[in-house]
Amino acid sequence: MIRISAPDTATAGEIIELKAMIQHPMETGYRRDSKGETIPRNIIKQFRCTYDGNIIFEGEFFPGIAANPFLTFHARATRTAMIEFSWTDQHGERWSEERLLTVS
Amino acid sequence: MRRLVALALLLSACGGQSGEYAQQSQIPPEAIQSGYTFLQPETQALQDDDFANPGFLWVDKGETLFNQIPETGAPACASCHAADNRPLSGVAAHYPVMDEETGKLMNIEARINACRERHQDLAPLDHESDALLGLTAYVASLARGVPISVNIDGPARNYYEAGKDYFFLRKGQFNLACSQCHNDNWGKKLRGDTISQGHGNAFPAYRMEWQTFGSLHRRLRDCDSGIRAEPLDYGSATYMAVELYLAKRAEGLAMESPGVRR
Repeated sequence: MIRISAPDTATAGEIIELKAMIQHPMETGYRRDSKGETIPRNIIKQFRCTYDGNIIFEGEFFPGIAANPFLTFHARATRTAMIEFSWTDQHGERWSEERLLTVS
Repeated sequence: MRRLVALALLLSACGGQSGEYAQQSQIPPEAIQSGYTFLQPETQALQDDDFANPGFLWVDKGETLFNQIPETGAPACASCHAADNRPLSGVAAHYPVMDEETGKLMNIEARINACRERHQDLAPLDHESDALLGLTAYVASLARGVPISVNIDGPARNYYEAGKDYFFLRKGQFNLACSQCHNDNWGKKLRGDTISQGHGNAFPAYRMEWQTFGSLHRRLRDCDSGIRAEPLDYGSATYMAVELYLAKRAEGLAMESPGVRR
């Protein structure tokens, strides 16, 4: 599951708030299960947000990030374009979601 | 040798405690408070923000499943529970209830699985699976803010008494009853935490310790292993009974699911 909060419309030059959350265990690889076996690391390595194809926010994740990572950041609305949020895990699997921002 | 005998006596004394009860105690009705009161402000803020609250990941999933027609072509949950037909708003605040068909006590999870078997011809979902947690979270979220009130008359009475019995029964290696923390010592510190009154009104809830979402029964299992007692099975009749007793005990508190707990 992915949860995105982004405005549909903004005026040119306006600062908008973007929020993104993804359901992910972010298993550190340091824990053991009830039988003493190491639980393999399973984490998202990268988050990227692009606006009209340009990267406006990017983050590299490490095992210290809690499960279901939640990010809030800001951007300046300049033109009507797609905002794309994407996550890539350590195995290269990628999830993404898009929102259209209409700027007037 | 004498030490060994002393140890054996001590062990037999501990072992012999099972079946003993803690003192009957009660929280005065005016003092009943949600577990929310005992949280850190940051955790409270997380529950209060409907976007930041990670429990909504499960509510969203549950809402999708609720409206989705299963692959078998069986009716979706929503086909029966349309807003004007059998609305589900608020019902979670009155669970668990007696199931007329089986004569057994049923919580929301059990009701969802019974619905799947009886009306959708689908296999029951596993306890703590994302699907069952999601559907439960969605149904419970529809009752957010509704004060808890449950019916303990008639055949439910036996379950209520059994739940109460478990609540006051001293158990585990620590020989503690639920009541000894949650009735007698709430508000005091247990290491870094403030002891809550042990109400279930936020469940199913997101717990920081789990780093995920979980049911009330998972929480009860944690309590039981915390006092080094044998945790019971998910959906066991005893935990159902405890759920009914806890709901009656928390009567009047508003439903908070999806809550956030430490």
